[in-house]
Amino acid sequence: MNCCCEANSKPFDKLDPVFDKYKNKPGSLISVLQEAQELYGYLSMETLEYIAKNIGVEASKVHGVATFYTQFRLKPVGKYLIMLCKGTACHVNGANLIEEAICEELSIREGETTEDKLFTLNNVACLGCCSLSPVMMINGETFGKLTSAKTKEILRELKERQSSDQEVDTL
Amino acid sequence: MEMYRSHVMICKGTGCNSAGSERIAQNFEAELKKHGLENEVVVERTGCFGLCALGPIVIIYPEASFYSQVKPEDVEEIVKEHLLKGRVVKRLLYAETVAEDKIKSINEVDFYKKQVRVALRNCGVINPENIDEYIAFDGYKAIEKVLTTMTPAEVIDVVKRSGLRGRGGGGFPTGLKWEFASKSVNDKKYVLCNADEGDPGAFMDRSVLEGDPHAIIEAMTIAAYAIGADQGYVYCRAEYPIAVKRLTIAINQAREYGLLGDNILGTGFKFDMEVRLGAGAFVCGEETALIASIEGERGMPRPRPPFPAVKGLFGKPTILNNVETYANIPQIFLNGPEWFASMGTEKSKGTKVFALGGKINNTGLVEIPMGTTMREVIFEIGGGIPNGKKYKAAQTGGPSGGCIPAEHLDVEIDYDNLIALGSMMGSGGLIVMDEDNCMVDIARYFLDFTVDESCGKCTPCREGTKRMLEILDKITEGKGEKGDIEMLETLAHTIKNASLCGLGQTAPNPVLSTLTYFRDEYEAHIKDKKCPAGVCQGLAKYFVIEEKCKGCGICAKQCPVSCISGKPKTPYVIDSAKCVKCGVCLEKCPFKAIVKQ
Repeated sequence: MNCCCEANSKPFDKLDPVFDKYKNKPGSLISVLQEAQELYGYLSMETLEYIAKNIGVEASKVHGVATFYTQFRLKPVGKYLIMLCKGTACHVNGANLIEEAICEELSIREGETTEDKLFTLNNVACLGCCSLSPVMMINGETFGKLTSAKTKEILRELKERQSSDQEVDTL
Repeated sequence: MEMYRSHVMICKGTGCNSAGSERIAQNFEAELKKHGLENEVVVERTGCFGLCALGPIVIIYPEASFYSQVKPEDVEEIVKEHLLKGRVVKRLLYAETVAEDKIKSINEVDFYKKQVRVALRNCGVINPENIDEYIAFDGYKAIEKVLTTMTPAEVIDVVKRSGLRGRGGGGFPTGLKWEFASKSVNDKKYVLCNADEGDPGAFMDRSVLEGDPHAIIEAMTIAAYAIGADQGYVYCRAEYPIAVKRLTIAINQAREYGLLGDNILGTGFKFDMEVRLGAGAFVCGEETALIASIEGERGMPRPRPPFPAVKGLFGKPTILNNVETYANIPQIFLNGPEWFASMGTEKSKGTKVFALGGKINNTGLVEIPMGTTMREVIFEIGGGIPNGKKYKAAQTGGPSGGCIPAEHLDVEIDYDNLIALGSMMGSGGLIVMDEDNCMVDIARYFLDFTVDESCGKCTPCREGTKRMLEILDKITEGKGEKGDIEMLETLAHTIKNASLCGLGQTAPNPVLSTLTYFRDEYEAHIKDKKCPAGVCQGLAKYFVIEEKCKGCGICAKQCPVSCISGKPKTPYVIDSAKCVKCGVCLEKCPFKAIVKQ
């Protein structure tokens, strides 16, 4: 890792326009947190404290809101974020078996990230494409009508793509 | 508006979009250009057609040819044959529309025949990102009529006479809600729209926002005029990016056309609105929790009264309706309250949209008049259960609802009938289950959901649902004991009676309903240590069928706990005491000699 003390001296600069945008809008804490997560990928303790200081809300309240809603992540996620649908239609069509397959293939549990920081598994309430159940979404791309075998195949392909990318990088 | 000889309508609802409809749209555009047809044929990206099971769907007008499960590579053929030479590509048509040598109109197909589309009328018909198309289909005509010819009291009277009840689940009369808010005197009032569809398995609100966003803007403006509000918020799930995008485009277009802003249609009436993204909390379906969330707080409900009609958002009088409720409003003003009230049953008027999912052939979105029977919805419109399996139950109302067993399939769907059966209308998720689904597992699934989503403010819900889940976990793991069912019932009644908001008050319903209709399944789990449907892993037992086993030994090699033993070429045996029920042996056996019971 490069030392980036200088670059990090003002790590939250990107947030300033966000504060300006919501300055006169009442009740915009959630919107600010959403934009911060969009910018940084997740909400670190430092981000939360910085937001609290700048919009004049107690840090405890910012933390309370950030932990209340499922959308907010307090830990960084892997390169590929797997959102496994646990909606009712997916459940009756065997979403649990898909979860087992993912956990087995990646050796992680729900909410965890693989050691190589490649995959994070998050269960979500409903992705709304029940006709394709069981469904998972990886970085915005939907994979439907899953079976255990198909799921593992998809994950292996992503892993392979990653290692071939790395080979290209080192060449 | 430009004229085209053919319109290619490509469904860009979430279902079809997930199945790759954007690539199909791009292929159409490229192929049309290749053949020089781009000025004769137009490609439109529309909202949901409803029949998601057959997506991606493409409909070509004026013939109304219904192409289903289209693949990107099929596009070339459709353009060459259909659009260039005028020959419909029969091979790709939805099979139901092809009867011998005749092609049926889409409205004659079982899936659409019994549907009446009011809330969904424009979905799949217009391009939702084009305000002119909405206007061409009578859009913003209702707001013109309201603002130029009616008083607020007359507006409320029309909504009351239509008999419209809240489509979000509760079924509270919409007109009455508006009347309460109109009578609250204040300098500032708000109109809110609940588009935070948190019920897993329901996606009708999203489809309306994706397919017909202007209808919601028009309806909210009418509501604002009725109660005297000048500001609106749509609280929409962040997980619905397409809906948010289309709604935002629609709001900007409406402002440009003077249909939102300081002087709407030159009448001096002032109203504007913005979208707020929900951050994922099921409890925000409760109106006071949703209001707290818009205020930037944790989405926790508060006791009522005061009701939001008196003290709502930022302490001001507020009305909150759900997307589907609003989608009906412009139609009520265009066709009259009597027309709306002529559909449905005595106490439930109009239509209801259901999201069909689970073990059903035609998964998708359907809109039926209230009073249609469950049997018609599942077996006629829905096409029945796949793979010749037996119907077991339909779940309505999501985590707040219950199930409808086979003996009640002839119930006429309306608010009161479903409540009488121990379920509820809910927002309209309808998940069908067959003989392979375990009802105890389903109850456990919903409790797991409510435990996760309970906001933690009141004790009965926070602690009670957790205790219920623990008991259900025990039962599904094969550790159930005598007295568990009675304890579940006691807890359920306490939670229902003592919880602060709708989430807690209805959370025990999935358990109570499955206990009413499928008590024998609970007893089988507890007394016989068996899961009749073979779902609950903890209760599963794996056996080798001696006659089928060739003694290859693959199972023994794969077993992670070495609980399978035997000699080559003689039948192997599984030691149930050691077995961890992972199912690997069953999956790997090349002779299908291992069964789960």
